[in-house]
Amino acid sequence: MGPEFALGMKYVGAGLACLGMIGAAIGVGNIFGSFLDGALRNPSAASKQTGNLFVGAAFAEALGLFAFLIALLLLFAV
Amino acid sequence: MTLLLPVAAGLDPISQFEIKTLIDLPYGLDFTNSTFFMLLGVLSIVLFFGLAARKKALVPGRLQSIGEMGYTFIADMIRGVSGEEGLKFFPFVFTLFFFILFANLIGMIPFAFTTTSHIAVTATLSVMVISIVIGYGFFKHGLGFLKLFVPAGVPGWLIPAIFLIEVISFLARPLTLALRLFANMLAGHITLKLFAGFALMLATAGGVYPLVGLVSFLTGTTLNALEFLVAGIQAFVFAILTVIYLNDALHPSH
Repeated sequence: MGPEFALGMKYVGAGLACLGMIGAAIGVGNIFGSFLDGALRNPSAASKQTGNLFVGAAFAEALGLFAFLIALLLLFAV
Repeated sequence: MTLLLPVAAGLDPISQFEIKTLIDLPYGLDFTNSTFFMLLGVLSIVLFFGLAARKKALVPGRLQSIGEMGYTFIADMIRGVSGEEGLKFFPFVFTLFFFILFANLIGMIPFAFTTTSHIAVTATLSVMVISIVIGYGFFKHGLGFLKLFVPAGVPGWLIPAIFLIEVISFLARPLTLALRLFANMLAGHITLKLFAGFALMLATAGGVYPLVGLVSFLTGTTLNALEFLVAGIQAFVFAILTVIYLNDALHPSH
């Protein structure tokens, strides 16, 4: 198990960490999809919910960014 | 590979975040490019609102309308989340929103430095927010602020578990607040630089590669437009989360 192997596994780990973004993508897609679903049923109430929409999207997105951060840490810090 | 050559020539996507010292000062208080762009952001905000509020016309002109729109936007956001009571935090939220917005937008100028793409800057902002939440919460409610961690109507045997979960989620707030802005700006600017780099590499590669480079160039241009949207949304998200957290300090029992 030489240093090349460790370096290779580091890149494999960074790639695997990016899989976590699948969850964030599903989450953000779900939020915007549900918003449109509700907004088309009751358009008059839609404009009041844009704040909630972006906060929800930001929460879901943050979890994907953790995966990105772990990939960055593996590439540059470990 | 000839395709990889430009990477060695300083086209790597990370070098744009490098901190350079412009003026050497003692005690590590160097005037860096980060300091310069933060100062530029603050000066542009002061200049913009100074010009917008100069005439104070009853029927506002163009610049004054934009200034008033910014004011009512933040005021309505605070009213929507925590009512009239929350307006005592208006100056703080207003300053925070425009500082981040201007930092993000100035970062979109080519060759400019994005101060919010450094975790030192965003972590400072989020620590400031969370200190105000904790400080004001204990100042206003005393130990009653701890009711934040025990929601009303929870059965007694569940309280220890809920308390633990609520404390962890509270401690994660400053972390996610800082990370969200930092990671968004970092990832966005890396992507822009990557696509620009691809376009340049492919354009000089010869053969059919310049055609592929054109696709890369167009994608990069589209992403640039998206990045302007992200700059606004992230400033908004940071501001509204600040208001939500401050609302917890105003009304701890939820």
